[in-house]
Amino acid sequence: MSVEAVERRAPRAGAAGRARMLRSMLPAVSLAIVLLAIAWLNPRAISYFGFNLMLNLAIPIALATIAQMFIIAVNELDLSIGTFVGFVGCVTATWLRDAPLVGILILIGSIGIYALLGALIHLRNLPSIVVTLGMSFVWQGLAVLLLPKPGGKAPEWLSAIAGYKPPFIPLPIIAAILIALVVHVGLMRTSYGAILRGTGGNATAIGRAGWSLLRIKVTMFALAGLFGVLSGMTLIGITTSADANIGNGYTLLAIAGVILGGGEFVGGRVSPVGAVIGALTLALAASPLLTFMKIPPDWQVAANGIILIIVLAARVLISRRER
Amino acid sequence: MKKLLTSVAVLAVCASGAALADTSGKKIAFSNNYAGNSWRQAMLKSYDQITKKAVEDKVVAAADVFTTADQEVPTQAAQIQNLILQGYDAIVINAASPDALNGAVKQACDAGIVVVSFDGVVTEPCAYRVVVDYEDMGKQEIEQMKALHPDGGNLLEIRGLAGTSIDDAIHKGLEEGVKANPQFKIVNSVTGNWDQTTAQKAVATVLPSLPDIVGVVTQGGDGYGAAQAFAAAGKPRPTIIMGNRQDELQWWKEQKEKDGYKTWSASIAPGVSTLAFWVAQQVLDGRTDIPHDLLVPYLAFTQDDFEAVLPTIPEGGVASKEYTLDEAKKAIEANIK
Repeated sequence: MSVEAVERRAPRAGAAGRARMLRSMLPAVSLAIVLLAIAWLNPRAISYFGFNLMLNLAIPIALATIAQMFIIAVNELDLSIGTFVGFVGCVTATWLRDAPLVGILILIGSIGIYALLGALIHLRNLPSIVVTLGMSFVWQGLAVLLLPKPGGKAPEWLSAIAGYKPPFIPLPIIAAILIALVVHVGLMRTSYGAILRGTGGNATAIGRAGWSLLRIKVTMFALAGLFGVLSGMTLIGITTSADANIGNGYTLLAIAGVILGGGEFVGGRVSPVGAVIGALTLALAASPLLTFMKIPPDWQVAANGIILIIVLAARVLISRRER
Repeated sequence: MKKLLTSVAVLAVCASGAALADTSGKKIAFSNNYAGNSWRQAMLKSYDQITKKAVEDKVVAAADVFTTADQEVPTQAAQIQNLILQGYDAIVINAASPDALNGAVKQACDAGIVVVSFDGVVTEPCAYRVVVDYEDMGKQEIEQMKALHPDGGNLLEIRGLAGTSIDDAIHKGLEEGVKANPQFKIVNSVTGNWDQTTAQKAVATVLPSLPDIVGVVTQGGDGYGAAQAFAAAGKPRPTIIMGNRQDELQWWKEQKEKDGYKTWSASIAPGVSTLAFWVAQQVLDGRTDIPHDLLVPYLAFTQDDFEAVLPTIPEGGVASKEYTLDEAKKAIEANIK
């Protein structure tokens, strides 16, 4: 940004700055509101045991959200992350347990396929929505092939990690902080991270500056694949057994998590910390809050949707004020 | 653990005192993964009827129903974990997956909660399973065919949702039935997904290529569709086994009035949810003699009694049977022997 530009923006800094501040605070505020509501409805849930139970299934969602965030950061969208998580889950519950070496190779190979998809989308200039929608059927098909009916079992070491109970702070909270910190430092605090995000903002400029756009896309898609694998493995560690359809709901949850966490669909504006908080909020608002409110069964499905709309609408209202 | 000890103590006190209303302070939750078809709606209605009365009569303190918004496994796993936190004493489950909920079910058991699954059962050993004898239903279909067609003949099979344990079990029963009665031969099988429209399309597709058929063996929810397909093709109407759906029994009644058409109807009663409820109540009551795998009979109607039940089924619904506590006790007894 040139000196001129900074000066031109200066007078607006007050209002815009406040709105921006509000925007970055929103994920944390909505999480706090949901937590307060849960504490009010069911005080028993606010405990070591309670947080463990309420949040452990939020960790795979947070990982899938981070995966989606990498893709969104370069102005693309991944509609296959959910079925990919399901596929990884099936590999984890079968190959990774019975023949760990083969299992690891398959998982590394699947990250490689993600990287190749990034290359394909960049080189042929294909819309990522179409490519990943196609891939979602491929992953789903492979998952059904691996596990035609639900079953399999998580490797012991994985269930042991997922079931580990550290002193004082529940494992899901530690995991969430760790994920947020690692990705935040990598993407927001390193110079290459700035280049990666910059591609979403102005790809031409990054290209002119001598960076390989192909390499950037491949890196981001490979990172998405990596976090997808972590998500699937964590999920199976928690559920102990797999189902070919286990991850299907994650695609939309992950997109909603990124947006709720302060990200934008275009422009490379993403926030890893926000995305993790967004995922936790969605997981809490969708399930524990709803259960504790004791809504009649006929209305539960609708109530779930309404809660999501309210949370996301607040986010949209604030970003509009910013403009 | 502490909770477990206190509940054991409470039970011990109760066992020595009055046997009545031991569970009056207990709360039972129902975790359901899907409510989007007529069978599930009937299931919820039956459950509501019986449990509302149980709460009024102070048999249990609460019986709340929770349905997940999607049919996803992780959603239901999270729901079960929330029910643990809510402090329920027992959880009745119609599960989205037989295996993938085991982690959450184990957590519930570890927290001293009684878990009873039915219809969509879970494989975790600590849970109770109320299972319908689908295999016997398949076998019985062939037996009924034999009664109507002693000379045997060609059969068309309509299968259910692929990859489910229910489809597998009924199919196995049919195969065994045919093995025991070699005068019957299954000449083709199509997938009807327990849905009249799907079944009609599937049957219509294969009809032209089929030899003469004496009967159609089904899984329920597909008999009326099959009948429509035969009628549309102008083929002679075979004996089609029905599945207790209102439209199926209505069609049967019309045919019977016309020319004395004979067949048989069987399916799982949605009211089996109420049996699962009573099993949970009985376990909370301190009974330790209940086996973890309970086999219950399916609900069948014959030529003589189907017309009596027809008016009680709502349009688009399915015949049901709610269990009272005494009937549930009897069903449990039958499994202890």
